Amino acid sequence: MSDFETVAATEDQAARRGVSGEPATPDRIGAPQRARSLAGDAWRDLRRNPIFWVSLALVVLAAAMAAVPSLFTANDPRDCLLSRQHAGPSGGAIFGYDFQGCDVYARAVYGTRASLLVGALAALATGVIALVVGMLAGYFGGWVDAVLSRVIDIVLGIPLLLAAIVLLKRLSTSSDNVRLFAVIFVLAVLGWTTAARVIRSSVITAKEQDYVSAARMLGARNGRIMWRHILPNALAPAIVVLTIALGSFIAAEATLSFLGIGLKAPTISWGQDIDTGRIHMRESATPLIVPSAFLALTVLAFIMLGDAIRDAFDPKLR
Amino acid sequence: MTQSAVRPTPASPTPPGGHLLEVRDLHVEFRTTEGVARVINGVTYHLDAGETLAVLGESGSGKSVTAQAIMGILDTPPAHVRSGQILYQGRDLLTQSEEQRRQVRGKEIAMIFQDALSALNPVFPVGWQIGETLRQREGMSRADARRRTVELMDLVKIPAAAKRLGDYPHQFSGGMRQRVMIAMALALDPKVLIADEPTTALDVTVQAQIMDLLADLRRDLNMAMILITHDLGVVAGVADRIAVMYAGRIVEHADVRSLYRAPAHPYTKGLLESIPRLDVRGQALSTIKGLPPNLMRIPSGCPFHPRCPYVQQVCVDVVPHDLVLGDGRTSACHFAQEVRDDSAR
Amino acid sequence: MTAPASPTKVRGETILSVDNVVKHFPISRGVLFQKQIGAVKAVDGVSFELRRGETLGVVGESGCGKSTLARLLMRLETPTSGRATLEGRDLFKASGSELRRLRRNMQMVMQDPYTSLNPRMTVGDIIGEPFEIHPDAAPKGSKRKRVQELLDVVGLNPEHVNRYPHQFSGGQRQRIGIARALALRPEVIVCDEPVSALDVSIQAQVINLLEQLQDEFGLSYIFIAHDLSVVRHISDRVAVMYLGKIVEIGTEEEIYERATHPYTQALLSAVPVPDPEAREDRGIIRLTGDVPSPADPPSGCRFRTRCWKAQEVCATQEPHTVLRAADPHPSACHFAEVRPGA
Repeated sequence: MSDFETVAATEDQAARRGVSGEPATPDRIGAPQRARSLAGDAWRDLRRNPIFWVSLALVVLAAAMAAVPSLFTANDPRDCLLSRQHAGPSGGAIFGYDFQGCDVYARAVYGTRASLLVGALAALATGVIALVVGMLAGYFGGWVDAVLSRVIDIVLGIPLLLAAIVLLKRLSTSSDNVRLFAVIFVLAVLGWTTAARVIRSSVITAKEQDYVSAARMLGARNGRIMWRHILPNALAPAIVVLTIALGSFIAAEATLSFLGIGLKAPTISWGQDIDTGRIHMRESATPLIVPSAFLALTVLAFIMLGDAIRDAFDPKLR
Repeated sequence: MTQSAVRPTPASPTPPGGHLLEVRDLHVEFRTTEGVARVINGVTYHLDAGETLAVLGESGSGKSVTAQAIMGILDTPPAHVRSGQILYQGRDLLTQSEEQRRQVRGKEIAMIFQDALSALNPVFPVGWQIGETLRQREGMSRADARRRTVELMDLVKIPAAAKRLGDYPHQFSGGMRQRVMIAMALALDPKVLIADEPTTALDVTVQAQIMDLLADLRRDLNMAMILITHDLGVVAGVADRIAVMYAGRIVEHADVRSLYRAPAHPYTKGLLESIPRLDVRGQALSTIKGLPPNLMRIPSGCPFHPRCPYVQQVCVDVVPHDLVLGDGRTSACHFAQEVRDDSAR
Repeated sequence: MTAPASPTKVRGETILSVDNVVKHFPISRGVLFQKQIGAVKAVDGVSFELRRGETLGVVGESGCGKSTLARLLMRLETPTSGRATLEGRDLFKASGSELRRLRRNMQMVMQDPYTSLNPRMTVGDIIGEPFEIHPDAAPKGSKRKRVQELLDVVGLNPEHVNRYPHQFSGGQRQRIGIARALALRPEVIVCDEPVSALDVSIQAQVINLLEQLQDEFGLSYIFIAHDLSVVRHISDRVAVMYLGKIVEIGTEEEIYERATHPYTQALLSAVPVPDPEAREDRGIIRLTGDVPSPADPPSGCRFRTRCWKAQEVCATQEPHTVLRAADPHPSACHFAEVRPGA
């Protein structure tokens, strides 16, 4: 059969209703397909994305280091001898020793737990606060927006260090875990504003789209409109902001620790080591480079993961 | 099937010294990550001083891309001119340097766009924006430029022009903004004006005003005009000749009256039959079935064949050449004569 | 698909009645403490009736308030004052579940096929959403079948349920929007410029589809458009709006053949006719100037600033949209007359 006849035949079928655009497929009466969802399609897309797997592997690796650091090094990071100050690699200490004579690699491995907890939990908490505030302000507008936007402005105006000193000073004698969560709390409470602003403005953009009006005309309630129509279309920029914030939270912990109001020995974190490493950089760069590389890789992994997820949830990129 | 090998012929005789502007067998493609879209596939048309050529087509037909190629404002990449010539007063613009083309742009050939609001800079007064061209390109003094700007604004019938020099684009209505755009295009006294959907964004009463203005200007300044539009109604009023574009080709080329009286290409015929007419009651709308083709996969043979009621096997196999019909019109259809005879009935 | 059961279904009876509807958008300054400094009178006292099974065309230029009127009827905006009843039930007072019930009876097809569909939902989810919002509209487990039926009804391939909107062309997207509007089997559909974003060759397809659906399901349309030719083609009656008011309303023939309001006459004469020969016979009325701002409309008759018939009385006395001697249909002009030779 020639091309022409095939085209004419399928067009005839389609022409029944004043002509649909694309020629109908010949098996148009076939068994109904399974319904697909955005999340399902996103997952199918992610599964075929090597960047997703690489970044996920890195995140899993970091999580494993945080959970069971002894799997990755036999050395004790708190076993420090001043006699080994800035000594070269030996034994399990593949990157040598730092100013205090501690194993650089072991410290980086053991530092993962605190750093990852601070970064991930603060980013998560930030995301939740920003989402709630940004969504309410953007969606309802009016006085809700006026009040919440002023709150954002005020929080944004608080200097992080000053507030952290005030909030954390009194906890200087508390247990390690309390201090860890206090640091997360402070970072989240002071750090959600940028993300909230981004979400607010993308919610406002999404809210004005005709499909939101269409849903409202169908009788959809606010909850459904926010969840089904606005959130999926407003989330992409927030993911970018949050994955970047994750890195800056890990760095901010270092600053707080350096000022003596963050984490303290015996808790080990990349931030603390980067700060000590920075001071003694001239004598030996490895104690600075190794935890920095751990930090950079982790942040990169999260950013790539965020990008991959964001793209997977955009049908236009498929 | 009687004729098949016919060469493209212009619809009017070539004047001595050649046409003012001539596009010859232009091919443009867009190279994207998804593939190559063949946007212009051998477009040939010409324009003489003082005449109006309407280029009619739907979105994706290549009507605007041709104009952008003439102006030299194609985004390259993704657009690439594959072959062809664009002759302005006998010189091929496509072989000229960017500097030479810049001299032609605005001074010889000017263009106005559909969206006047985004074509004007919101932070500068309108008078300053018109005057800037004069100062930059003509080296006019501030006072001279100002005087000329007022003249231009009078020319496009902006009321109280001298008082409105300091106003910003948002202070003008849609129709007035389009007049400002036209004034800017006229600043350097071009010989050709390309108007890309100049009235599409405007209301009917304002649309009529702008079309009148363009007709007056063409007459008074003896300017040649290419009017790019999708609106069969707008074309009927002002054009001398019409080139109908489909899938990057000119499928029909004729003078306005004969085209409307008896279209000779099934696409033109379909378009005319599918628009409701204000002056006809109780008319049944016939439709062109299907969709315009994906330019990355243009159908074989005649690109219109999947949607064409006249389709035969030959249309799938053979690309139709421009068929010259008796009265100097052309139609790229294997059955042009039959279509025209059907339409005339 | 059958129309919903209802005791009385008389073609031609009034289904929607709109009485003196007003919408003023406040212009205000200040952020937290707002002060109103004026109002845009988008819709300023509009009344009309829609009969069962008919199409009422609403025409006017941009800023005349026709889209605001649609949004008011769909309760996307709250009216400043006025009353509207749909099958006797108050449209503007309804809220909560009463409003949701009313919405099932009245749907809208929107202008822009690109922003009217959620880009992150499949076509199946978009057309199925009405059934999720109103679970009683489709028996359990039949939702998917209904969605495929609807796709078929609007001339799309039912297999395409899992595609996303961007995989369709403008005309196909508009069909998806129509399918969504049809899902709850409404009796009234407001079409707000449903074809103006589409290519010429696609417009006719969508217009024909709308006409066919009207016959099939006994729908009543309010068809809002700026294209007078399209409105003439599809409408039984036509209302002409100018600066928030209906200046003339009548049957398609009364408006297009025997218009008595100067604005209608000017509007009709300005429409470009796709026929170079017919054009020359038509006397064209050229209006000067632009539509005044709806924030500060002229006193008396709003059209007087652009009207060639305007006299003293037009500035002082507002003409009402009432029956005029010139031709028995309502027209808001002191000097209403049929244009000779038109």
